[in-house]
Amino acid sequence: MAFAAFSSSKPKGFSKPTKSGKVAIALLAPGLAYLGVFFLTPLIALIMVSLQAPDPDGFIGDYVAAFEINNYFVVISDYFPQMMRSFLYALAATILALVISYPLAYFIGVKARPYPLLQKLMLTLVIAPFFISFLLRTLAWKQIFSNESWVVTTLQQLGLLESDQYVVGTPFMVIFGLTYNFIPFMTLPLYTSLERLDTRYLEAGSDLYASPSRVFRKVTIPLSMPGIISGTLLTFIPIAGDYINASGDFLGSSSTAMIGNVIESNYLISNDYPAASALSVLLMGAILILVAGYVKKSGTEDLL
Amino acid sequence: MAKEFIARGADLELKKIRKEFPGFTAIEELDLHVPAGEFFALLGPSGCGKTTTLRLVAGLETPTSGNIFIGGEDVTETKPHERPVNTVFQSYALFPHMNVLENVAFGLRQRKIDEPLVKAKEALNLVQLAHLADRKPQQLSGGQQQRVALARALVNRPSLLLLDEPLGALDLKLRREMQIELKAIQIEVGLTFLHVTHDQEEAMDMADTVAVMNKGRIEQMGAPEALYDRPKTVFVSKFLGQSNLLVGEVESSSANSVSIEVAGNKISVPKARAEKHKGKIAIGFRPEKATFTSKKPTASSSTNIIGPGEIIDIRFTGVSNQYLIQVPGLGNLTVFAQNVGKSPVTELGEKVWISWSVEHSFGLSDLPDTGKVV
Repeated sequence: MAFAAFSSSKPKGFSKPTKSGKVAIALLAPGLAYLGVFFLTPLIALIMVSLQAPDPDGFIGDYVAAFEINNYFVVISDYFPQMMRSFLYALAATILALVISYPLAYFIGVKARPYPLLQKLMLTLVIAPFFISFLLRTLAWKQIFSNESWVVTTLQQLGLLESDQYVVGTPFMVIFGLTYNFIPFMTLPLYTSLERLDTRYLEAGSDLYASPSRVFRKVTIPLSMPGIISGTLLTFIPIAGDYINASGDFLGSSSTAMIGNVIESNYLISNDYPAASALSVLLMGAILILVAGYVKKSGTEDLL
Repeated sequence: MAKEFIARGADLELKKIRKEFPGFTAIEELDLHVPAGEFFALLGPSGCGKTTTLRLVAGLETPTSGNIFIGGEDVTETKPHERPVNTVFQSYALFPHMNVLENVAFGLRQRKIDEPLVKAKEALNLVQLAHLADRKPQQLSGGQQQRVALARALVNRPSLLLLDEPLGALDLKLRREMQIELKAIQIEVGLTFLHVTHDQEEAMDMADTVAVMNKGRIEQMGAPEALYDRPKTVFVSKFLGQSNLLVGEVESSSANSVSIEVAGNKISVPKARAEKHKGKIAIGFRPEKATFTSKKPTASSSTNIIGPGEIIDIRFTGVSNQYLIQVPGLGNLTVFAQNVGKSPVTELGEKVWISWSVEHSFGLSDLPDTGKVV
């Protein structure tokens, strides 16, 4: 101990824990344990599974530990269209959700300020769909747009759809479902951001010769950027991995399969665990890179 | 209109302006003319409608009725961004997502004026903050933010600059410094300044013309000296400096003066300085215009005398002593005495007579709400 006291190379982190340091560790322990058990362990397991090779002596679905990096190249070449589709759908649905949510959130957060009751009512309406199961709501949309529904027959009679064209199973339907299901995740962060927007900045903008549309672009949008970033992240990330909306049982078809559907079928139907795991790791990596680039570009690193 | 780069101030005219908000009327009826190039102050307590007036001129509110003219042009229906007007907001409202230079250049960029950054830098030089151009507003002190807000408005050379209590958030010393600076800048740039404030000293110090506002109306308007020397209403006499007011029926009136009798003393005011010449009127005088003596002064037609009273409080304020004198049947009167030599009487409880020149009296158009003396 005496030696240690004189050693200058001793890292600070190893100094004898003070009383408050011990309390801090005790308080951190449950969280760290949780992360270790429920995040780190599955992540390592996932990566290990993604590198497994088929058991040469076993049945289908038996795999042994290996370092089969080739799994990744195989899934990329097999499922490249689904991967691209995932990100395209996610991008489209995120943009749509933003375009629909922003005016809504602006109205609730800024215009409705003098009417707190209206504000609360509208916020409740935004959250209300959560009280009904996500699956039920998605199935309801399938019902509404089903081939024999009056919506589709009306569209066909109006000539907006050919008589042999339907809605369910099309990319439109999937993007529609994704947008619908994730709108609250966009609206709520936008609302929290806009609710704090100081309208005196908007007045200052118009006083300084900016037309309403320029005030919106130069003042309102930059000031609500934190809400836009968190809203788009909260929608884009789960949408990219979503497998309900695009599945053939719900709004999609095989031609709309996203990466989530491929992972699901590899895992549960083909029992190709390494391929499913490799796809999961790829999805995670791709999202991490995209999000990091996005956050860096929008100049809000301090958000993360 | 806003497209041109206006170098000189324009005049402002408000005609029969009325502004109602749900539940209350902010401005009853307002007629106001601010000549071009003038430093004009709207002075009044909070809630008197002065900020509403400013917002109406800026276009941030629409009048319920009436018209607004800037440089002779009717701008009542014009949107704020199309008015040749800039505002220094009470909260400064500097854009937090832009640095100081970009804040100042904002107006120039909106109007697509050449070299916005060069001109913004010049404006920052004017307020001596060029060295902080790259900072974010949040990193500046209150006084610095105030100056950036001023530069951001001035750089556009508006016909009319509106100042909404811009010095309110600063401490006393900084406020006095900024007052001098602001006045110097106004003279230098020659723009019309409309300054809203509740600080009477600030208004009198800086403005060419002061309009005292109360309850949505202008009570009195004029040069600071004239307003102080001859207030016409109880509100103005009390809001602009301090006043002693005496109320009584007009007893006699000569060719030049009217007199009332209060507590056995005859108090006169020149007719030209009185708003009302008969009935019950209030006559006032400023505490620093009066003196007091321990012997009753000889009566004269040019002097008003009240007494005897008793000194019940003495406050030392540095440059002067403020005496509170209780006169039986009248209440308390205030007299200021400069600390130039030895004061006439400095003891509490002394019996004294208060006197002041008839010329310094003023007769008001209305009466104080309570008591004989306020």
